[in-house]
Amino acid sequence: MTTCLVVDDSSVVRKVARRMLEDLSIEVREAENGAAAMDRCAEAMPDAILLDWNMPVASGPDFLRALRQREDGAAPRVIFCTTENDLDHIAAALEGGADEYIMKPYDAEILREKLEAVGVLKAAA
Amino acid sequence: MISPDDFAFFQRFLKQRSGLVLGEDKGYLLEARLLPIANTFGVSNLGALAERLRRPGATALEEAIVDAMTTNESSFFRDKTPFEAFRALMLPTLLRKRSVDQPIRIWCAAASSGQEPYSLAILLREEAAAIAGRKVEIVATDLSQEMLKRARAGLYSQFEVQRGMPVQLLLKYFKKQGDDWQIAPELRQMVHFRSLNLLSNFSALGAFDIVFCRNVLIYFDLATKADILSRIAKNLKPDGYLVLGGAETVVGVTTSFAPVAQQRSLYSLTQGQAPRAVAAA
Repeated sequence: MTTCLVVDDSSVVRKVARRMLEDLSIEVREAENGAAAMDRCAEAMPDAILLDWNMPVASGPDFLRALRQREDGAAPRVIFCTTENDLDHIAAALEGGADEYIMKPYDAEILREKLEAVGVLKAAA
Repeated sequence: MISPDDFAFFQRFLKQRSGLVLGEDKGYLLEARLLPIANTFGVSNLGALAERLRRPGATALEEAIVDAMTTNESSFFRDKTPFEAFRALMLPTLLRKRSVDQPIRIWCAAASSGQEPYSLAILLREEAAAIAGRKVEIVATDLSQEMLKRARAGLYSQFEVQRGMPVQLLLKYFKKQGDDWQIAPELRQMVHFRSLNLLSNFSALGAFDIVFCRNVLIYFDLATKADILSRIAKNLKPDGYLVLGGAETVVGVTTSFAPVAQQRSLYSLTQGQAPRAVAAA
């Protein structure tokens, strides 16, 4: 089963994302900040990571940097999922090793398309 | 923002009138589609529009709302397949067949809010090395002046630019304008927008190498579909391509076109049809 780690300091946001992902038959785990996300990845590397930008303890970019330095950290497809919606943030995310970028608010269709775009989900025929 | 009561009201109205099921997460769609109508009817928000709709005798308003909400939502690179076929098959084939000084002409016959022609413009930029400075012309037509105005401006909401388009392309070809995103001027200049009714004579547009006519024939009856397709055939070069929507076909509608083998939604002129009329254009 495809797995996705949802990293966001808001439990409500995590819950909404969880519901959308589970509708796509994706198994979901959650982390409330970048440090907790590293712990989850050390336990088991997910196929995809939905990553918030601003979080306490360790931010999205902090986490991404640490993840991509891990030997097994190149594999997960990382999709930023944030209210930061300007070109500078998008450019910085891609330079930092993110694969895609979702600007909040978003809906189930955008999430599905982005997962398809990074190859985590197979495109509907 | 729309109140939950008004949202539920529009949901019920649309279900009853058109069978359209509007999901709870589609508040943005309601606003995107109905705010222009609210303006046309002289009210400033969806609450006031709902109020108008509740009054008896609001027939014109009812029709406008159903029309706006049931028109297929457009998106960049919609359905993906035709754009992949454009990049991998149609464009390289035409670049090989046409002489260097012969422009390649593309017609988007139902351009709507512009995502289709702009998706092609983006692909042409991405394939700049293969095109090597050769001229490619995109003519984009639509019936609706409102749509053409939007398309020319090249302004899209945050939702629209996230539909179907990789973020890398957003980064390369768009600039933020307030809450919206605007496609770069050099891409806007690549597309010639003009108003056109497919029911009228369009032979003056000249001969094209590729015609995109997606998700518009579904609104016409069989005889009209056949008429439009046979006239498109006359505006297509003998070895040109016709691209229809995913749910559309020429089978049982016209003999002017036949499906291209192994290529979904792609059609070419049938033999014997090809030479006539086109040469003159």
